[in-house]
Order: sequence, then structure tokens, then C-alpha cells
Amino acid sequence: MRFSGWRVLREGLTGNRGWQGHWRDPDPKPEYDAVIIGGGGHGLATAYYLARDHGMTNIAVLERGYIGGGNVGRNTTIVRANYYLPGNSEFYSHSLKLWEGLEQDLNYNAMMSQRGILNVFHNDAQRDSAVRRANAIINQGDDAEILSRDQLREMAPLLNYDNNRFPIQGALLQRRAGTARHDAVAWGFARGADQRGVDILQNCEVTGIRTEGGKVIGVETSRGLIRAGKVAMAAAGRSSQVAAMAGLTLPIESHVLQAFVSEGLKPIIDHVITFAEGHLYISQSDKGGLVFGSYLDLYTSYAARGNLPMVEHTMEACMAMLPAIGKARLLRSWGGIMDMTPDGSPIIDRTSIEGLYLNAGWCYGGFKATPASGQCYAHLIATDRPHEAAAAFRLERFETGHGLMDEEATGAQHNLH
Amino acid sequence: MRITCPLCGERDRREFYYRGAALEAPAEGGSLEAWHAHVHLRDNPAGPVEEWWYHQQGCGSWIRVRRDTSSHEMLAVQLASAQEDL
Ligand SMILES: Cc1cc2nc3c(=O)[nH]c(=O)nc-3n(C[C@H](O)[C@H](O)[C@H](O)COP(=O)(O)OP(=O)(O)OC[C@H]3O[C@@H](n4cnc5c(N)ncnc54)[C@H](O)[C@@H]3O)c2cc1C
Ligand SMILES: [Zn+2]
Repeated sequence: MRFSGWRVLREGLTGNRGWQGHWRDPDPKPEYDAVIIGGGGHGLATAYYLARDHGMTNIAVLERGYIGGGNVGRNTTIVRANYYLPGNSEFYSHSLKLWEGLEQDLNYNAMMSQRGILNVFHNDAQRDSAVRRANAIINQGDDAEILSRDQLREMAPLLNYDNNRFPIQGALLQRRAGTARHDAVAWGFARGADQRGVDILQNCEVTGIRTEGGKVIGVETSRGLIRAGKVAMAAAGRSSQVAAMAGLTLPIESHVLQAFVSEGLKPIIDHVITFAEGHLYISQSDKGGLVFGSYLDLYTSYAARGNLPMVEHTMEACMAMLPAIGKARLLRSWGGIMDMTPDGSPIIDRTSIEGLYLNAGWCYGGFKATPASGQCYAHLIATDRPHEAAAAFRLERFETGHGLMDEEATGAQHNLH
Repeated sequence: MRITCPLCGERDRREFYYRGAALEAPAEGGSLEAWHAHVHLRDNPAGPVEEWWYHQQGCGSWIRVRRDTSSHEMLAVQLASAQEDL
């Protein structure tokens, strides 16, 4: 089934009885060429690009819950390419380009909205660093602008311009950045992979990884043994546990990040806005809810809910930056479990076990990575060579100290990221 | 989340600084692998973990906390100075 204006019209006139499920619900086959552990955004995108770019279609995605139930459906949906560190920055640039063609490619409405991101700065040091970042972004071929306080005021009049403690000086603007409907991204990749013959197996938990003589031969699952010569991990916050099934210990800790959504309001914020002081990122969804979040809880956690101190901190930041929304009611909050690496950057690499691949450590920024992560991982799985856009995402960098990508410039140490 | 400091009693989590997993440091001159494991690699279980916290806004003690990462439950607290392996 293809989506088109004509199709919507026809269904509208015939009682919407012709819509079908977006992917099949097959039984697991006893053997595949490759299986992917984890049906989140990255796992599904990997399957899609394995089929699209490499013609590998005898493959399955194994998801222990349901498609979209993990971080792909829990994040604050921000997509951008305003990174700075070499290694990271060209990867996210590549990813944003994929986002721009994604809906046409998938024939799926992911509500990709390039509404622009405004990174507000409050002091000279932050302004200087924003200017430096903007130059780096422009040099790499992406878009960045520095806005003065007055220019910002025109775009985002609701911010608190009279705050003495956090005065607003201006903002770094990337117009091509924005948001995408996170569930639809998962659904679109699932459908695209399924249409190319990939089996998407929900309620299929991987409980063991089988190896023989240093080579992977398959996985044990809640639906039986599934053999495969290539096994690719893409389990987001559960990477450590999945890797442990193969006897691997990773440089990863799991942390919770919370997100919040308010009741639906009339349009009041046109962009994604982030604040350097107090740390807050906020945007308004197409349904009208304000979607926002701030820091992680900063200690390891597998509870998909947060803790009150961070709720309080986030609300305080909201009141400091956007006092006008103080009377809006909070509808929901939730948490997602994310991998955190010591340097805050991801890993896409082979492991010491032949045929076993690792895609992990996406920390708090992995949603925007979804298409590029899938494409680069697919390239690695199919060819055993890293994709050039993700060549820096090596596992060994922690051991050698070579090529560390210290995302926050705080050092390559766990409790700092 | 509240943590019971052995000296000050039960306190809000915000009084404490989180240092991370309580691991024994390799001996001086330890191998590169041992130091790599100590600094970077983590078992990262969904369940009880041992970790260091510092009572920054209280008595200034370092404490060893046993905490469940799935339920946030505090299972045991001990002064770091009471540790035998230190
Ligand atoms: C609150 C919050 C806000 C965020 N905001 C942003 C943002 O604005 N922008 C951004 O770029 N990033 C953001 N992120 C980060 C981003 O969401 C993640 O880095 C990214 O989505 C992780 O990849 P994924 O989608 O594949 O993960 P997931 O969707 O979590 O996929 C992993 C899947 O693996 C499955 N799995 C685990 N173990 C097993 C097993 N044993 N067997 C089978 N399946 C298994 C899980 O059930 C899960 O479905 C945010 C994260 C959170 C939590
Ligand atoms: Zn104390």
C-alpha cells in the first residue's frame, strides 16, 4: 500500500475501509542472514538500509516489546546538525541530509518540520563559543546564523528578556534543524523495511547470544533459537545487558532522561529553543503541547521514570526563561533509559566476536542520528568496513585514548556525562 | 530519592554528589587493561549496584551506597572510611 493524495481522497470517500496494517506480523524463521537486536529507531533504520542499499532482505529485527516503545518514542524529537567536534559533526551533518529526503524515500509522513533551532546564549563566553560553533558549522557546509538580542526578540518574543540573572544576548540559529514525529519515524522505517522483505518480530526478546569458536551463530529468544551468521546489537539503553550475553563488558552506563509535555495550547513557540543557563530545550508539538526536558538525573538508572529533583529543576528553568507559560498545566512526564559513554559520543563498530556488531552509546542525542546511524551500521554489517561518516565511532578509543570525542569537554569519565 | 548518611541521617538526594561505581582501583603500576577497565568499563546491571556518593552539602563524608538501579531503592549505606578494602 502506497500513501498518496489520491489514496487519502479515495479512502475518505469509501469510509476508510481500505487501510491496512503497516507491516506484517510473521513468525520467526529458524535462520536469517542477519538479525538485529532491538526494534528502536536505529535497529529499524539499519534493517531498512541493509535492504535498500545492500540488498540484504533475509533479515529480521527482534524487538522484545513493541515497535516505538523505547527511546525512539520517548525523546523530545529534536533534529539538528549543529555539532562541533570533528568525527561527530560530519556524521550529524550526513544525518540531517538523510532526514531531508526521508519522507519521500519512505513514502511516509514523519512530520519532519524544519522550524529552526535557537540556542540562546546569556554571556560573552557563551556568545564566543556560539560564534566559533557557527563558523565550524558553516565551514562544513551546513547553515548557521548568529542573531542579536533584537533579532531574536522578533523570532521568539515570549522569552524573558528582563531576567537580570540570565540576560539574553542572542542566539545561534540553524534554520534547517527542527523536529520530527518520533513514533512515525519508527513506523516509517518498520514499514519500509517490511516492504523490502524484512521480518519485524515484536514480543521477541533476545535472551542469549550463541557463539562457536569466536564466531556468532545466532540468538536465543523468547520465541526460540534463531540462527544467523551476523548479529547486530541496537538495544539503546540496554546495550550493556545485551552485550553481556556475549561476554562483553562495554564502556557504558545506563541513565534516565526525563521529558515533559504540557496541555495543548495555541501556537506560541515557533522554533525549537534551548537555553544555556539552567539548561532547557523546548518546542511546541503540532498538537499544541509544549514538549521539553533538561538534564539527565546523573546517576545510573534503569527506571523508566525520573526523580523529583530534576522535575523541579526543569520547571524552575522554564519559569526563568519562559515565565509566560507558568500557568500551563503539565500533562505528562516520562523517562527513557539511555546508554551513556565516558566521552558522550556513540559507538558503531565490530566486536571481538566475529559476526557480532555493536551500535550503542547514543546518549541523549541519538534521535537525530536515526537515519545515519542505520545507514552507517548497515554499511558496516554488510561490508565489514566502517561507513566514512561514522569512521570515528570506534569502541577501542577508550582503551587507546585515541580519537576520543569528548562531547561536553568535561573529560572521558563516567560521572561527568 | 533520599540517602541515609551514616552521620547525618536521611537526607535529600540533592545534598549529595554522585561519583559513580565503587570499584577497587588497580595497584600502582597496574596494567593498561586494568586501568582501562577501572576508568571506562562497567557491568552496568539493572539491579543492585555499589557506588560512591559524597555528602557535599552535609558532613562532607564519602559514603558507599548499595542502590537498586531499577527501583531506586537504597539497600545499604556505609562510610567509605569504614571500608576494609580501602
Ligand atoms: C527523554 C528523552 C529525550 C530525548 N531527546 C532527544 C532529542 O530531542 N533529540 C535527539 O536526537 N535525541 C534525543 N534523545 C535520545 C534518543 O531518543 C536516543 O538516543 C535514541 O532514540 C536511541 O535509539 P533507538 O531509537 O534505537 O532506541 P530505542 O527505541 O530505545 O530502541 C532500542 C530497542 O531495543 C529493545 N531491546 C532492548 N533489549 C532487548 C532484547 N534483549 N531483545 C530484544 N529487544 C531489546 C528495546 O525494547 C527498544 O525498543 C532523548 C532521549 C530521551 C530518553
Ligand atoms: Zn553526612
